[in-house]
Amino acid sequence: METFGKQRLFLLLVLLPFFLIVFGFLLGPLASMLKNSFYADDGETLSFIQYLTVIKSNFYLKSILNSVIISLVSALIGIIIAVICSYSITRFSEKVQDRLLTVCNVFSNFEGVPLGFSAIILLGNSGLFILFFEMLGLEAFAQFDLYTWGGMILVYVFFQTPISILLLYPTYYGMREEWRESALLLGASNASYWKHIGIPILLPSIVGILSILFGNAMGAYATAYAMVGSTYNLMSLQISALIAGDVVLKPELGSAMGVYLAVITILAMMINEKMMRKVRRDLE
Amino acid sequence: MNKEKSIWIHKLIIVALMIYLFTPILGTFIYSIAKEWSYSVLPDSYTFQWYGELLQDPAFYSALGRTLFIVIGTVTLSVFIMVPTVFIVVTFFPKWERLLQGLSLLRYGIPPVVAAIGLIQMYASGIIPIYGTFWILFGAYFVLILPFMYQGIRNSIRTVNATDLMESAELLGASKVRSFISIIFPNIISGIIVSTVLSVAFLFGEFVFANLLVGGQFETIQILIYNKLETNGHSVSAIIILYYFILLLISGFIIKIGMRSNKKAAS
Repeated sequence: METFGKQRLFLLLVLLPFFLIVFGFLLGPLASMLKNSFYADDGETLSFIQYLTVIKSNFYLKSILNSVIISLVSALIGIIIAVICSYSITRFSEKVQDRLLTVCNVFSNFEGVPLGFSAIILLGNSGLFILFFEMLGLEAFAQFDLYTWGGMILVYVFFQTPISILLLYPTYYGMREEWRESALLLGASNASYWKHIGIPILLPSIVGILSILFGNAMGAYATAYAMVGSTYNLMSLQISALIAGDVVLKPELGSAMGVYLAVITILAMMINEKMMRKVRRDLE
Repeated sequence: MNKEKSIWIHKLIIVALMIYLFTPILGTFIYSIAKEWSYSVLPDSYTFQWYGELLQDPAFYSALGRTLFIVIGTVTLSVFIMVPTVFIVVTFFPKWERLLQGLSLLRYGIPPVVAAIGLIQMYASGIIPIYGTFWILFGAYFVLILPFMYQGIRNSIRTVNATDLMESAELLGASKVRSFISIIFPNIISGIIVSTVLSVAFLFGEFVFANLLVGGQFETIQILIYNKLETNGHSVSAIIILYYFILLLISGFIIKIGMRSNKKAAS
């Protein structure tokens, strides 16, 4: 018994650095942000003023709305591309499938500042494509403006696409070809196979991935920052301006915005967890 | 007949997808070897001058050095802390696994831009005022790669049946520490390499913390790219292409190792 206690103490001691880091760099900072969000601008008076300021200010409310719209639209387009492309990928031999997934894997790293830069040189005011369209006389395309909704969504879709394919592919892969064959043998048509078996299995997966993509875009910062600095009114850009910008810092307001954003992204992730549990059960 | 016809559609879809994915990087590559490029679709002439300049630029090497220092430092720290931690939790405190899972999930749920808020508040002053220095990145990055490291280490420990191995080693008279170092660790090392390489690739691309927590003074590769955006586009393209080339090599490496350990697990 004595040695067991000693051993336990030793084991706990080995665990100590891990917990110190987790408290110091994950839980502690989150608690600090939460606490700070309940203070007025003076940092001393307890109040809900920051949360109210955000929802009463047209400017900050607009940033939330902008982020939600851009995230929702880019997530929806991303998942549509994934629904089509992941299925096509499963139609090839294992070897080709592996290669295609590797490509997606590599491109899932193509985001942030490098992606923002590529977007500027390809689609910016004197970008490669813009000049190309001008030369072809396609005025409608040549007038494309990267720094508008359409441009931002296009860039966001680009980094959502490879991730969504990588996430959706396993579900398609898990749907055995034999299921379809059995269904067809039992007299089902191709359409009714998808209606009664395919789609019910895919749907939770799609909803889950959609929520992941949504949360991913809500929290995205580097791509937009590289393209437009802090001038575009997005939630993540406003937060960074409030906590580490060059003008006036408002850490308490930044904290409240951070809590709003964290609540949204955590909810998105919880939806995904719930859906994925269902998918895993269905595929077993 | 039906299948013949439909495979064409799938080929078409995949080709379209590949064109879509490769276009930006291809455009960036052309830009990086363009000499003069104005008002025409393709450059007037080509040059490797930008790469040459880059490879002679001390700022590029210092940025690369800084990035490697932080990334390798963090990943090493993480291996030394996470391997014993995950091992102890899986073997001796299995109930705590939910806690580790919860922490990984929490990290996924909190975007870095939000995590930065609290980190700034905690380390701007107080007993450890490391905000604005590169030291803060070690801790912040440790948490960023926590999910990869946890998953990878846990899976390899499960695959080799570490609990049984430990019991046998102890039955044969080895101490816990000794059996861990000489039996468990060598068996899980290849699984751990995959997660470390994955973490290295991931941290190489990290910009948010480097920008918000340390700022311009400590120029990592990503910060260098950002700082150069406004000055010379060709040179930035060259950095980006080199950077993705390195990333490609790393990904290739992961896949090779991954395949080998898959085969091992299957046999």
